[in-house]
This record gives sequence, C-alpha cells and structure tokens, in this order.
Amino acid sequence: MSRSASRKAGQSDSSTPITSSAGGLFRSATGKASSKEMERIDNVFYSYANKSSGLIDPEGIEALCSDLEVDHTDVRILMLAWKMKAEKQGYFTLEEWRRGLKALRADNVHKLKKALPELEKEVKRPTNFVDFYSYAFQYCLTEEKQKSIDIESICQLLDLALGFQFRAQVDYFIDYLKIQSDYKVINLDQWMGFYRFCNEISFPDLSNYDPELAWPLILDNFVEWLRAKQT
Amino acid sequence: MEIELEQGWEIVLRGFNKLKNIVEGLPEPQFTSEDYMKLYTTVYTMCTQKPPHDYSQQLYDRYRESIEDYITSTVLPSLREKHDEFMLRELVKRWTNHKVMVRWLSRFFHYLDRYFIARRSLSPLNEVGLTCFRNLVYLELNGKVRDAVISLIDQEREGEQIDRALLKNILDIFVEIGMGQMDYYENDFEDAMLKDTAAYYSRKASNWIQEDSCPDYMLKAEECLKREKERVSHYLHSSSEPKLLEKVQNELLSVYGNQLLEKEHSGCHALLRDDKVNDLSRMFRLFSKIPRGLEPVSSIFKQHVTGEGTALVKQAEDAASNKKSVGLQVFVRKVIELHDKYLAYVSDCFQNHTLFHKALKEAFEIFCNKGVSGSSSAELLATFCDNILKKGGSEKLSDEAIEETLEKVVKLLAYISDKDLFAEFYRKKLARRLLFDKSANDDHVTDLTLARENQTSFEEYLGNNANANPGIDLTVTVLTTGFWPSYKSFDLNLPVEMVKCVEVFREFYQTKTKHRKITWIYSLGTCNLIGKFEPKTMELIVTTYQASALLLFNTADRLSYSEIMAQLNLTDDDVVRLLHSLSCAKYKILIKDPNTKTISPTDSFEFNTKFTDKMRRIKIPLPPVDEKKKVIEDVDKDRRYAIDASIVRIMKSRKTLCHQPLVMECVAQLGRMFKPDIKAIKKRIEDLISRDYLERDKDNPNLFRYLA
Repeated sequence: MSRSASRKAGQSDSSTPITSSAGGLFRSATGKASSKEMERIDNVFYSYANKSSGLIDPEGIEALCSDLEVDHTDVRILMLAWKMKAEKQGYFTLEEWRRGLKALRADNVHKLKKALPELEKEVKRPTNFVDFYSYAFQYCLTEEKQKSIDIESICQLLDLALGFQFRAQVDYFIDYLKIQSDYKVINLDQWMGFYRFCNEISFPDLSNYDPELAWPLILDNFVEWLRAKQT
Repeated sequence: MEIELEQGWEIVLRGFNKLKNIVEGLPEPQFTSEDYMKLYTTVYTMCTQKPPHDYSQQLYDRYRESIEDYITSTVLPSLREKHDEFMLRELVKRWTNHKVMVRWLSRFFHYLDRYFIARRSLSPLNEVGLTCFRNLVYLELNGKVRDAVISLIDQEREGEQIDRALLKNILDIFVEIGMGQMDYYENDFEDAMLKDTAAYYSRKASNWIQEDSCPDYMLKAEECLKREKERVSHYLHSSSEPKLLEKVQNELLSVYGNQLLEKEHSGCHALLRDDKVNDLSRMFRLFSKIPRGLEPVSSIFKQHVTGEGTALVKQAEDAASNKKSVGLQVFVRKVIELHDKYLAYVSDCFQNHTLFHKALKEAFEIFCNKGVSGSSSAELLATFCDNILKKGGSEKLSDEAIEETLEKVVKLLAYISDKDLFAEFYRKKLARRLLFDKSANDDHVTDLTLARENQTSFEEYLGNNANANPGIDLTVTVLTTGFWPSYKSFDLNLPVEMVKCVEVFREFYQTKTKHRKITWIYSLGTCNLIGKFEPKTMELIVTTYQASALLLFNTADRLSYSEIMAQLNLTDDDVVRLLHSLSCAKYKILIKDPNTKTISPTDSFEFNTKFTDKMRRIKIPLPPVDEKKKVIEDVDKDRRYAIDASIVRIMKSRKTLCHQPLVMECVAQLGRMFKPDIKAIKKRIEDLISRDYLERDKDNPNLFRYLA
C-alpha cells in the first residue's frame, strides 16, 4: 500500500497488484538510478586513487584539495573525512568515499565543492559538533593501540578544530601546552575536557572554574597558569 | 435528741475559742478527751439529723467563715504592724498556729470530710483552711515577705550573719501554700530572687574583672558558687539549685569569659606559659559548667602547644644551620618531652576531656609535619629510633628505657601524615642494623637464621670438596628479596682472589636449589685485609669495595682515578666515596696526589707503605650513600600504586561515583598511611581512564563509571 502512495501525483493508478515481482520491478528502477550515481561516484574515486593500493592516498587527497580549491590543511577536509567516517588519516577507501559523497549527494567534484558550505554548517550544529570534535582526535591516532597525541600535533589540531569558535581559549591553551612539561601527550579525555571547558567556563575571567570538580588535571594547571598571568 | 443549729454551733464555737486561746499562748487548759468527744459528736449529730435539720452545708460554710474571721480580726492586724525581720518571725508564728488550728478543727469537723464533702466533691476541710490563709494573708503580704527575704540573702552575701532557720521556715510557707504545686514559690519568690542574684553578681563581676587577675577572679567565682550551693541546702528549696547556679555562672563566667581568658598577664595563655596547673584545673572546672565554655580554653591550649612545638622546630633549624648534628636527635627528644608534658595536662588539669585531647592532637599535627632543614619528620623519627637501637648510637639506654622511648615515638607517629615514609626509612635502617650490627636481636629474623644455616652447610660442602676450596675464608649471607629493602647491585670487577669465592659459592648453591637466582650485592660486604706496612703488619677491616680498590695496589704502585674507576667498573659517586675514605679521612692508607681534601678525577694514588696506628687492627668506615632520595622515590612510587588500588577498589564496589565523593573516600582509605595529594589522585584517575579501568560518564562529566 505504501508503494502506491509513493507514486508521483499525476500517474494513473495502475491496477497492478503489489506482488513481489512488481516490487522487484520498482526496486530495480530506483536501483538503476542509484547505481548510475554510484558509478559516477566510483569514477571520481578512481580518478584520485592510487592504482596499486586501490585507496586515495595523501597524494590523491592533495590533488582532490587542489581541485576543490581548498587547502589540504583546511578544516573542511577534516569535515569531509568525518562525513565519510574515514578511519585512517590521509587515506580514503572506496566504501568511505561512497558513504561520504552519497550523503552529500555529490557525484562529481563540482557538486562536491558546492556541498562544502552546507557540510560546514552541518558540522557546526552543536549536536554534531561534539561528535566531529571527538572524531577529529581519533582520526589523528595513526598507530594501532595509540591512545594519545603529541603536543605539537594537538596544537595544530586544536587550532583547526576549535580555532574558529573559541579563538582566545585556543590561543592561550596552545601557549600553555608549549611551555608546560607535565604532559608530553594528550589523551581523548583531556581533549574532550577542553571542549567542555570552552563551553562552560566564562573566559577570560574564569570565575566559575572549580578545580574540586572532575576537570582533567591539565586544565587545573592551565587555569592556575592563566590566573598567575593575570595578576 | 435533736440539736438546733445555733445550739450546736454555740458548742462548736466554744471549742473554737478554746483552740484560739491555746494557739495564742493564753493560759488555757488543753483539750481533754471529753472535750474532743463532745465537739465531734455535736458535729456528727448535726450532720446526720434528718432534714430539715441536717446542717452539713451550714457547718461547712461556718467553718470557713470562722477561720476567715479569725484571720481578719487577729492575724492580719498583728502582721501589718510589723516589718522586715520582725514581720517574718510573726508570719512564721502565725502560719504555724494556723496549721495547728486547721488540724484540730479538721478533727472536730471530721464527719463533714467523710460524707458531705466527699459526696459533693467539695474541697476538703484542710484545704479550705489553708486556702483561707493564702487568700487573706499570703496574697496581701507575699510581696513584702519576698523583699525582706531577698534583702536578708544579700546581707548574708555581704558577709553578715542572718537567721537561716527563719528563712527556711518562710520559704517553706511559699512551698506549702502551693499545696503540692511549686507555682507560688517559683512565681512569688524564686523569680525575683534569681533576678536579684543576677544583678548582684553582675555588679560584683564588673568590679572584679577590672581589678583582679584571672586566678584571683576564678578563686572568687569558685567561692561564690560554693556559697550559693550552701545557701540552697540551708534554706532555699532544692529545686532552686540548678537555676541559681546557672545565674551565677552566667554573670561571673559567661558574660566575662573571654575577657577573663584573655587577660594579658594572667589569662589562659599566661597560665599555660607559667605552668600554673592548679589555676588551669580551676579554670577547667569553672568553664566546664557554662555552655560551650571549654571551647575558647581548648583553643588557647591548642595555640599554646602549637607555639611551643613550632619554637622547637625553629630551634632545631637554627642548630642544624650551625652544623650541630646532634640537634636533630635532641629535637625529637624534646618533642617527646613536650608531648608527655601536655598529655599530663590533658589528663590532670583537663580531666581527659575530648576537646583537649583533640586540641593536643591538632597542635601536634601542625608542627610535627614541619620538617627540619630538609628532612621530613618521618625521616627524623626513623633516624631517632635507629640511634637508640643501634650499637654505638648516640644514646646508651637500658632495654626498658629503649622500649619506653619507642612507645612514645609510636604516639608521635600518630600525628605524622607520611606514615608510609617513616615505615620505609625505618625498614632501611633496620635492615642495615640487622646486617651490620652484631648486637642486633636477630633471633626473630627468619631470613638471617636461614642465612646462617646456609653458611653452615656451605662450610660442610667445602669440607667435603677439597678442590672447591676458594683459598680464603668466605661467609655468605643469602637474603630473600622482598623481605629486605631493595639494594642496587653493581657489576663490581672483583679482584681475582674473590672471583674464585663467588664461583665456589655459586656451585654450592646450585646443589641446594636450582630454581633460585642469586644477585650479588657487593656494596654490603665486608673484608679483612692484611696490610704489610713497613712499621708493622696490620689488619684492616674494610668494605668489599674498599678491599677491591686496595688490592689493585698489589700489582701497581701508582694508579690514577680513572684507572681505578675503569678497573673497578663502579660509578663516579662510589669511586669518590671510597677513595675519600682511604686517602682523605682518619686513616690514610693511600697517599693522594695532590694532597687536597677532596677527590677529583685528575688525582693519582699510591700505597702508603709508611702507614701505621697504635692498634693492630683498625676498621676503615665507608660512609653510606645518602639513601634519602631513593627512599622518597620508592615511597612515592608505592603511593601511586596505593592510590590506584584504592580508586579501583572503591569504584569496583560502587560501580558509579562522582568525583568529589571518590576523592574523599580515597583520602579516608589511605589516611592510615599517608595523606594523598588531591592532584595526585586526579592524575591517577586520569591514568586509570586511559588504561580503561574507568570511564567518564557521557552526560555527567563529574561522574565516573567502573569498567569491568
């Protein structure tokens, strides 16, 4: 019954009974359209992919970026990776590529480029952003069983992922990370903690920060350092 | 035979008048049995006659009226014309009389009580009689009476003699007039008396507080309280006691309490400073009676003890900076003495009250956790114990004295938060004593016993295997790791003579067990060397390290620092230490070039053939490495594990817990051994999160969850 309801208006109500064969007919019709789209998506993929590995590697991504007229360090590439749910930094598999481009409804580079502003908006929506922010960290874990990221990379990542939203906090925190020596790496808990910090703590007065709560220790130290600077 | 009302009443009235006369003290013969019978029967008849001749009601009314008449006509006038003490005496007399009268009248009119009154639920005769007195006499005069009594009380307070029996009798009236209730006593007398008392002592206190020292004031206060208590027993009703004392305490102690305690030259601080135990005991007795009176006293006590303790710390710091090493030992002794002294105060002056135990504890916790010149108090206590226990320590004490002193150290240990640090230092020093002190009581140490058994069987083995002879007498002590502090082992290049020994022992040990691994700790060994010096041959008792260095000179006359170090394969620290002990200390077995007081890597050494001493046999000490840093490191490491274990234990049982309660429980659990740093706990939590023992809740970042 639902199938007949989904038929476009204007179409005569065929008395074709809904049998499996008719359903199959219907399915293959949409399948055909989607398979064409998928074909185009795949084609784009192969145009950037490395012939021997069958993946888009860093070189391919650079080429893609240049075609998209986006710097390869631009946050929008990271957002694209997020949309694709790409697992390995610097590489896109066919499946990931398909996932991303299908969701963005882009089957060529031009459409992909046009989809980027919309993607940005989507990511910045608060409900999605937490997920994106967390993804950004995990995307940078290159070794197996790696749980933390070195300070230098974290600074770059912070700038990329949060810079546009919390410029002041990010700048100060990056300064602090560079001069402190307690931590050589940052883990996911600390990473997420910083986002929470930006959202909840009034800046730069820090008046509502309470070190007795479960803030990660690195943030306690950061706040101490900030307060010392302010006096 | 019937009696008419007036007829019968005449008879009664005659009896009444006779009674009056007797009571007034006029010459009047006593009632005889016939008199009594006549009166009783008259009343009886008048009550039991048939109506309209039953006169119960009339008799009841006239009973009361007669009494009222008597009071109004005779009693009141006599009272009104007297004043003060005279009035009081008259009142007592009249009251006594009245009671007698009522008693007798009740007997005459007894039949009324039995039937008429009971049937009509009227007030009994006795009560009617007393009520008359109350309504006519008491109500009019009680104010005057009260004022007179209070005036007398105040006179007595000023030291005058008063008639106590009189006052007792007067106050009994106030009580009895209530006929079972204390209302009249309380409202008409006690309230005013209490107010007057408060005013009286308020005046006194305001004078005394200006003029008297604290001890003198307290003496007066104590005396006043004693007197007031006596006053109650002499004439006030016993129920007045608590109220009275409370008023006095309030005016003398509560109102001026702080001023008193803080009097500059004689207040609580001064008394503590001057060891005035009697005054302090009095202070305790007095202030324990007022609400929250002891709190300021215990607070001053705590301040005082803290001050004394901190002064000792400063003294020790000063001594240490003047390089007096004995200062630290003395410091601990003095702290023990301080503790003994003020513990005695708590039990004697302050009657073991918990507030003062707490004050003492808190005071000691404050200054006992201050280290002295870089050494924590945990270390100081451990060193103190070591000095008492070891042979050749700075104190020579009998076994009993040792035990007594150690018990006192344990009491101090309770105040130290780093108990685990103490344990570690103590363990290290204990191990050293056991290994090097021949006098040590090692019967209890199983390991050393086993070690000795080992040695015995080693000697047997040597006896049985001629070719296994190392050529030197060798004693080996095998310790089980884990029972002993960790010792670093270095790969000392042994002199060839000793190499064989090690080999032989290793072979022997293999025959005993194949599953154990031996690690040689050469830093703990000792060696007896024969030194063929030109003046005379001498025996040198040295450590293995020192021996190894000296034996190098069997094959070379002169060696440089770097050559020695290369041959021995030891660290700079060890080489410097051992060469210093052989060339720059008391016994110069080696001659150093240049002849400076410290070792430098460019020095050279020669065997000192001319060395001699009056003794045949000397011990050349090698000062031990400062283990302090290592101990602190080890303890820090153990603490990290302890915090981890505690957090996991708590989370495992609670499953989820918020940050603050988790931290609090952790601190509580570990408190027995040390006070964990909050930041350290936070760090461990984070570490446990990254090791997937815990996770932070997605919705509440303050909540942690245990991951099974």
